[in-house]
Amino acid sequence: MISIERNLVTPRWQRVALPIVSLVMASIIAGIVLAVSGHDPIGTYQQIYAASFTADGALTATFIYATPLLFTGLGVAIAFRMHVWNIGGEGQLYMGAVGASGVGLLLGGWPLPILIVMMALGGALAGLAWALIPGLLRAYLRTNEILVSLMLNYVAGLFMYYLIYDSTSFWRDLTSPSALVFPQGKDLLPSSNWPGIVLGSFTLPFGFVLGAVLAALLLALFRFTRFGFEMRVMGDSPAAANYAGMRTRRTIVAVMALSGALAGLAGASQIGDFGHVLDPRGLEQAGYGYTGIVVAALAMYNPLAVVIVSILIGALTNAGFALQGPTFPIGLVGTMEGIILFSVLGGEFLGRYRIRFGRTPARAPSLDDEPGAEVAP
Amino acid sequence: MNADLIVSIAVSAIAYGTPLVLAGLGELLAERSGVLNLGVEGMMLMGAVTAFFVSQTLGGPGLAVLIAAIIAAALAGAALALIHAFLSITVRVNQIVSGLALTIFAGTIGLSSYAGQVWGVGGQHGVHQLVKLDVLGLSGVPIVGPILLNQDAFVYFSWALVALVTYYLFRTRFGLYLRAVGESPRSADAMGINVTRYRYVHTIIGGAFAGLGGAYFTLAIAPIWTDGLTAGDGWIAIALVIFAFWRPDLLVVGAYLFGALSSLGFTLQTHGVQLPSEFFSSLPYIMTVVVLAAASTTLARRRIGTPAALGVPYVREES
Repeated sequence: MISIERNLVTPRWQRVALPIVSLVMASIIAGIVLAVSGHDPIGTYQQIYAASFTADGALTATFIYATPLLFTGLGVAIAFRMHVWNIGGEGQLYMGAVGASGVGLLLGGWPLPILIVMMALGGALAGLAWALIPGLLRAYLRTNEILVSLMLNYVAGLFMYYLIYDSTSFWRDLTSPSALVFPQGKDLLPSSNWPGIVLGSFTLPFGFVLGAVLAALLLALFRFTRFGFEMRVMGDSPAAANYAGMRTRRTIVAVMALSGALAGLAGASQIGDFGHVLDPRGLEQAGYGYTGIVVAALAMYNPLAVVIVSILIGALTNAGFALQGPTFPIGLVGTMEGIILFSVLGGEFLGRYRIRFGRTPARAPSLDDEPGAEVAP
Repeated sequence: MNADLIVSIAVSAIAYGTPLVLAGLGELLAERSGVLNLGVEGMMLMGAVTAFFVSQTLGGPGLAVLIAAIIAAALAGAALALIHAFLSITVRVNQIVSGLALTIFAGTIGLSSYAGQVWGVGGQHGVHQLVKLDVLGLSGVPIVGPILLNQDAFVYFSWALVALVTYYLFRTRFGLYLRAVGESPRSADAMGINVTRYRYVHTIIGGAFAGLGGAYFTLAIAPIWTDGLTAGDGWIAIALVIFAFWRPDLLVVGAYLFGALSSLGFTLQTHGVQLPSEFFSSLPYIMTVVVLAAASTTLARRRIGTPAALGVPYVREES
């Protein structure tokens, strides 16, 4: 006799196998989409692989995309893990870029280590402040944080555009000849550039190292501190947290703030590591905040896994922009990301059940049974 | 304020509000059944590009082409909603993540953009557009004429749908069952209502409505396709369902208010008001936040409207 029953615990190997199987599944489905629309799947995958890893400078380019995704992925991972649905990473990143470039412009010429700290703080605090709006509304009025944080993405985007295109703000370049033709941001002094770690032809961005360190710290925060414990309980069972007298409001605000600060750091790294100028159009087209959701979900909300997954999704994003053209529609990137997410979600379900052969003893429901996915309104 | 200004605000409120009415009505049906679908933005975009593609490529009389385009858009939205329905109802994954996945999958840099490029409709100018009707030959009547009697057929269709959904929800047995499924699936199940079927049907119809809302962009508002042209309307539609306390009549009011707000910048600028365009563009988003916060205080006090089982998968075996 064959029966399907629920797994009491997810075996460790499944937590590793699931994302890998999801990626393979996603590649197959996306390959079918490619074939149906008249493209050559194998050739396209070869192109993606070359453009993200093996071609000249490809790996460096991949890390340019992986670095912001590492930060936004971490921000989403810690928020979603405790069922605080911050999808405002995009806007928090914009505000972080505004904050960090403001600080960088203001303090140009300061010693680099101090400047890096100040820019990172400027970015993180700006992102944090922006995330506090949905955080406080959620904690004190029970306002739906999904919609509020999302709406603020558009507002932050328009704010950036206002600073550069529609005002004579501190961020806008009003003097150089090219700026008279087309509005653009003020460049930071070259001495403000964050130093990358050069390994032969490959450059590891400073931001990526910072993000990896933060990932390890976040994991420690989760595992070993009281705050982390409270976050885990609240994520798994808000009712239990309430009964235990945990200060759920404060924890929600804190998680939102932390998540926003991480997204803000993505913005700071965009300025310090890569752009060195506030570029609304570039940031908006990149969409790192939204892609952070894909990274976090594929990493199953584990901070250390986010580090690895950010490289993979960074590779895909990089290939998308590098190959963009008639033979490689940019829409393919989002399509593949969506399919990856669907596969991860579907796979989670498979992981919850197992097939048993032979007679199955009747089993009383136990307290250890995993609760079904639950959602706050 | 002169009458011209009032009329032009009202006319553009209806134009920009119609996609919100349709998409919001769809989301309302899905949420009434207990399924939260955050994929509205993606479904609208897919509807918009599909409608545009069909209207550009199909030959024949304009009316037939437009009807085919609208049906195709509804089917595209429904097909996407089916993915979400399967994942959230059958597989019982987290509905928030599944809906977000749908929007990423079909959204601005997803399938809708891919389809637009493969179909090559990016730079084209629309051949067939919905035309304004002259109802009873009375469109010339001052104020009322241009607002109520000089709209395209799609607007009247959306009004009919609102009436139909209101009647369905509150005056039919199916509507009663639907609300039961959204409030207490276990009781509904005990009454012999097929919870799974109700949720599937209404999630898919919701997707079809979102597809229709998207079609209005490319068939009536502007005869072009660009990536991400809905610019967050799908999300505003979801927010509208909350402001409207899950009631179709209030949804229409909210949708037109937001329609007016979306077009306020244009309208005021043509009347000589000078403010940064970003300020006007951000108004609908800021208003959404403000109204959501206001609605949530009322909600918190009286807890009206929210379907109790919204977002919670129904598991029969584990009772």
